Amino acid sequence: MGRVVLVTGVSRDLGRRSAAALAAAPGVDRVVGVDVSPPRGDMGGVAFVRADIRNPVIAKVIAKEDVDTVVHMSVIATPGTSGGRTTMKELNVIGTMQLLAACQRAPRLETLVVKSTTTVYGASSRDPAMFAEETEPRRLPRSGYAKDASEVEAYVRGFARRRPDVRVTMLRCANVVGPHVVSPMTSYFRLPVVPTVLGFDPRLQFLHEHDLMAVLEHSVTDGAHGTFNVAGEGVLSLSQALRRLGRPSIPLPASAVGGVGSVLRSARLTEFSPEQVSLLTFGRGVDTTRMREVLGFRPRYTTASAFADFAAHIAPGPGPGERVVAGVGRVLGIDGVDDTDATPGPGRRGVASLAGTPALGGGAGQGGDARG
Amino acid sequence: MGDAEIIPIGTRGRPGRGSGTRRPSSAARDLAPHAARRRAQDPDTGTGTDTGPDTGTDTGPDTATTVTGPRADERTTPAEQDVVARLEVPAPTSAGPSGVEVTDRAGAPGIPAADWAHALVAGAREVLGDDWENRLAHGLAGLRRRLTGEYAVDEYGFDAELTRRLLFAVLRPLAEKWFRIEVRGLENIPATGGALVVSNHSGTIPVDGLMTMFSVTEHTGRFLRPLGADLVFRTPVVAGLARKMGATLACTEDAERMLSGGELVGVWPEGFKGIGKPYSERYKLQRFGRGGFVSAAMRTGVPVIPVSVVGAEEIYPLVGNVPALARLLGLPYVPITPLFPLLGPLGLVPLPSKWLIEFGEPVRTDAYGEGAADDPMLVLNVTDQVRETIQQTLYSLLMERPSVFG
Repeated sequence: MGRVVLVTGVSRDLGRRSAAALAAAPGVDRVVGVDVSPPRGDMGGVAFVRADIRNPVIAKVIAKEDVDTVVHMSVIATPGTSGGRTTMKELNVIGTMQLLAACQRAPRLETLVVKSTTTVYGASSRDPAMFAEETEPRRLPRSGYAKDASEVEAYVRGFARRRPDVRVTMLRCANVVGPHVVSPMTSYFRLPVVPTVLGFDPRLQFLHEHDLMAVLEHSVTDGAHGTFNVAGEGVLSLSQALRRLGRPSIPLPASAVGGVGSVLRSARLTEFSPEQVSLLTFGRGVDTTRMREVLGFRPRYTTASAFADFAAHIAPGPGPGERVVAGVGRVLGIDGVDDTDATPGPGRRGVASLAGTPALGGGAGQGGDARG
Repeated sequence: MGDAEIIPIGTRGRPGRGSGTRRPSSAARDLAPHAARRRAQDPDTGTGTDTGPDTGTDTGPDTATTVTGPRADERTTPAEQDVVARLEVPAPTSAGPSGVEVTDRAGAPGIPAADWAHALVAGAREVLGDDWENRLAHGLAGLRRRLTGEYAVDEYGFDAELTRRLLFAVLRPLAEKWFRIEVRGLENIPATGGALVVSNHSGTIPVDGLMTMFSVTEHTGRFLRPLGADLVFRTPVVAGLARKMGATLACTEDAERMLSGGELVGVWPEGFKGIGKPYSERYKLQRFGRGGFVSAAMRTGVPVIPVSVVGAEEIYPLVGNVPALARLLGLPYVPITPLFPLLGPLGLVPLPSKWLIEFGEPVRTDAYGEGAADDPMLVLNVTDQVRETIQQTLYSLLMERPSVFG
């Protein structure tokens, strides 16, 4: 007999699609999606129950549907979409408390999967290059999403202590990117001119949206107990990412980035939380050895290929860097600039292309008379 | 003298005989027979001179030498135009759209295109050799790779290509010509596997670290990965460069991660105490941190290679410090050297001292038992042993060096 899975936070795109992917997974009988507002898209084989995880109704849903697996993904990152920071905190923290309280009373519950975030590690100049799961953050998050996420994690750890029979998998996911993902990180990269912090070049890690769904499914069907960092292989530096994207960037002093962030927030372009500013200043890397060896999950996309897939959807065509090089190559009459074993033609080709430009040399002298 | 007649000398740049009058002589007017004809034909340019302030008659002085250009050549190719222009050199030509401009530099329509191209090709051949086109294509391919971000950085953010091509290219003349670095004991650096390079630290700004990095790569081909204080990763610009050059934070996690990854890791355990010590205390080793580097080496079982650098102390002799300003700026010290800030930016030029870098015999740590890293007494003993080795080598290198600038 297969599993009955309850997924929270299905009204948003990633939650909805993860739930649909779970419903199609082998070994899963039924998926119940829960959220305060109905999802906006196709749910596949998911049964939707409109319920607020902030009140005890959720316990009844778990009991009635005979749920044995709970996937909690309704920790939200942005206050903007949910109506302010107070509501966001309530949804994140009180919602988790209620959900875990209901889970504790559910005797048939076997598995709890919580999607957390690598933001709980914070980002500072004292960070080690790669955070392992047991590394304590150097600076505890004091506000916003990071604080919510670390409080959620604390409650989940408490639950794991009280219900040792339940397999609790906590997934600390790196920034999820993909063609359909809307998050502070993706809207940051969608800006026409991307502000960066002057004099810093942070390391970033990405997780492709397909890999997020894959890791959730993997954790539900044959996961392992514990906390795992989940990220694509390798890192990209921000400058490198922006070059691959072909977007111009504007370096601003660290103090000005926050101000720009609030302007962008009021313009509804993106949200620049303090955590994101510190991430864009100091960067962060997480070690994924445990993900591969204990959880037994290998992402299909590396950080670079996940970002490339995202970039291909938002910026078709060559970037400015490529155009500059192509232009230089054209002026000098050199083909195959992208080939390392370029075999350009004889030397005269350079001459010919220069002589063909009428602005140079003899053309200038006759300019006045040509108009006369 | 008020009624003295002032006779100007010369023609004030106009054609004529230098009679001083505003109008040229008839002889001068005769020199430009085409001018009148052209005005009659060309009303467009004629209006400009008719209303001109200093033209009383039909034949204004400014248009005296104006001739029309070779209209027939308008649609010729640049090369042909070039030939025409050259043939016309003796004849005066005009270029001004209003027709009132005088061009005494007749026949100077700019440098011909062929000359431009020839100069470019010759220049490229001069700089890049006969194979210039291939090399240029390679260079452009490299540039394209940089501009499109198609290069790799490792998990610490290290960009080997940039370090080799840019940083070391800048450091090479400084190391070879300015400091004349002599490197010894290179055989003590293992060809493969992790090792911890421990060095003394001096010189007000960490030039010694850069030079050690450069020397290691230059002679062995391996990259020395420095561990830096968190100030490095907090300071704008420096922070952005440090990780690209292969640095990471000096903390246990990173040190052990790099060492077990088989990297050659460099530490300067004296830290700011060493680098910011006054000139009077030169070549006196400061406290060697808390021995964290030794326990990291012990835990990963890699050898410790003591390095002694002589010469860095003299590049910026630190004679004073402004503690109040340092506190204000959040820096460990604000240096005063004999030349800085007295000479401003010029004071930042390091003095050309003679450098000697000696890599000492490795101290093996894999012979110690399992829990050796957690035995503070043992760790401190090994720390002292490394420190003592470096100090003794410093003294013997100083004896060897004929003079500071020798």
